[in-house]
Amino acid sequence: MIEASNLTKRYPGGLEAVRDVSFRIDAGQMVLITGHSGAGKTTLVKLISTIEQPTAGSLVVNGQNLTALRRSAMPHVRRHFGLVFQDQKLLFDRCALDNVLLPLQIAGLPRREAVRRAQAALDKVGLLSREKANPIALSGGEQQRLAIARAVVNRPTVLIADEPTGNLDSESATEILEIFADFHRVGVTVVVATHDQTWIERYHPNVLRLDHGRVVQ
Amino acid sequence: MKAWFSQHSAALGLAFRRLIASPLNTLLSLLVIGIALTLPAFGYIVLDNLRDLGRNATGVQQISLFMNLEAGKKDISEIESRLRAAAAGKWRFVPKEDALKRMQASEGMAEIVASLPRNPLPDAFIVEPNNTEPEALEIMRKEIAGWPKVAHVQLDSAWVKRFDAFLRLGKLALSMLAGLFGAGLIAVTFNTIRLQVMAQSAEIEVARMIGATDGFIRRPFYYFGALQGILGGVLAAALVLGALRLLAAPIGELATLYGSAFVLRQPGAGEVAVLAGVGAFLGWLGAQLSVSLSLRKFD
Repeated sequence: MIEASNLTKRYPGGLEAVRDVSFRIDAGQMVLITGHSGAGKTTLVKLISTIEQPTAGSLVVNGQNLTALRRSAMPHVRRHFGLVFQDQKLLFDRCALDNVLLPLQIAGLPRREAVRRAQAALDKVGLLSREKANPIALSGGEQQRLAIARAVVNRPTVLIADEPTGNLDSESATEILEIFADFHRVGVTVVVATHDQTWIERYHPNVLRLDHGRVVQ
Repeated sequence: MKAWFSQHSAALGLAFRRLIASPLNTLLSLLVIGIALTLPAFGYIVLDNLRDLGRNATGVQQISLFMNLEAGKKDISEIESRLRAAAAGKWRFVPKEDALKRMQASEGMAEIVASLPRNPLPDAFIVEPNNTEPEALEIMRKEIAGWPKVAHVQLDSAWVKRFDAFLRLGKLALSMLAGLFGAGLIAVTFNTIRLQVMAQSAEIEVARMIGATDGFIRRPFYYFGALQGILGGVLAAALVLGALRLLAAPIGELATLYGSAFVLRQPGAGEVAVLAGVGAFLGWLGAQLSVSLSLRKFD
């Protein structure tokens, strides 16, 4: 469960990207954060995933107040989230399998177990046959699927994505939507920031609409 | 515990891979570190050899005790028991008759000795003290000089003091040199790690976002710095050993010409391990400083 109360993020220079936002996301829900460019979607995603710290307000995830956490505790909290970025943030100095292995290495899993789980995650997104490929050799859709495999390999309770279909053609975007829907069906909480209306038409999720940093719906 | 071991072995493996990934850079860094450690290590071994040479040089750290000409057997026994009681080290008695015979055996002295009406030489003791510190030798000389029937006590203390002062000066210069080159080693590691952090910035950024602790991110850099230091230390030991091997034969020949059995001492396994350990520590320190500064931009 994610509960935000009066969440505000003000950047140096005075820009308020998120203003006084409150919402509640129950476990297992699929929630879309929508709004036009500059509405504050990405900032809200960063706040939920603890990449950014709020200027004011509180954020409680699974009963834990993240705004009151010590800095040293943040990495352990982040491991409960699976993050997918619009630009994927893949590492091009290693193969697909090694990209997916990274969260498991961070968690300290023994190599053999980590490889087994990473291959299972690649299989889930249909990339097992490309495990040795460098991400640069993958298409945009495959790169996004690889990013999803990396996000889910640690079995997160919340899958958070920022414009995961933003740079994809409609066919690849549909594949990605289906993968997210699959995770939602097995009980994973899915939070997606997007301006892609296909999500709403197809899955009728809960919607959090932002405008100039405020929740309008 | 399993996770801890797994993370450390992964970090060590990553550090090895980074070392091997750019062999030329690694080789150049190792050469710089190796040479930086070679000079103080070589200086230490040379000083240690000089100290041995000084300790073993005939007469340098001996005390010669000359008895009065009228001293008898009873007086000699008294001195023997005093030397025993003082636990002064090794000593031997040289009777005046033996001393005269030795003098006669010297070239050109036989006729002179034969012309003497009586033996002018005194009985003597040659003492080789356990404690060869100049201050201790001087204290012992003064004590012996106060014993009965002792006419003269001879210690070349000025030579010993000069030699000791030279060694102390050498040690000080060596410490300064070691400090300077140690700082150089830290600087080399600092820069190497800084470049690595810049090259790995994408990985560091992603790792932080997906839950990597500071320790996870820093560890491979620490291992890299320490590994580089260890290898630099081993290279330095190899250079020192090589140089000493080259010098051993000519120094041995020179020593033989001076009637000495001096053999140039080579560094042992323990000293090589200490050199590698010092390299590892300095490398780790350089990495620690560099990572702390370089990672600030990711906060």
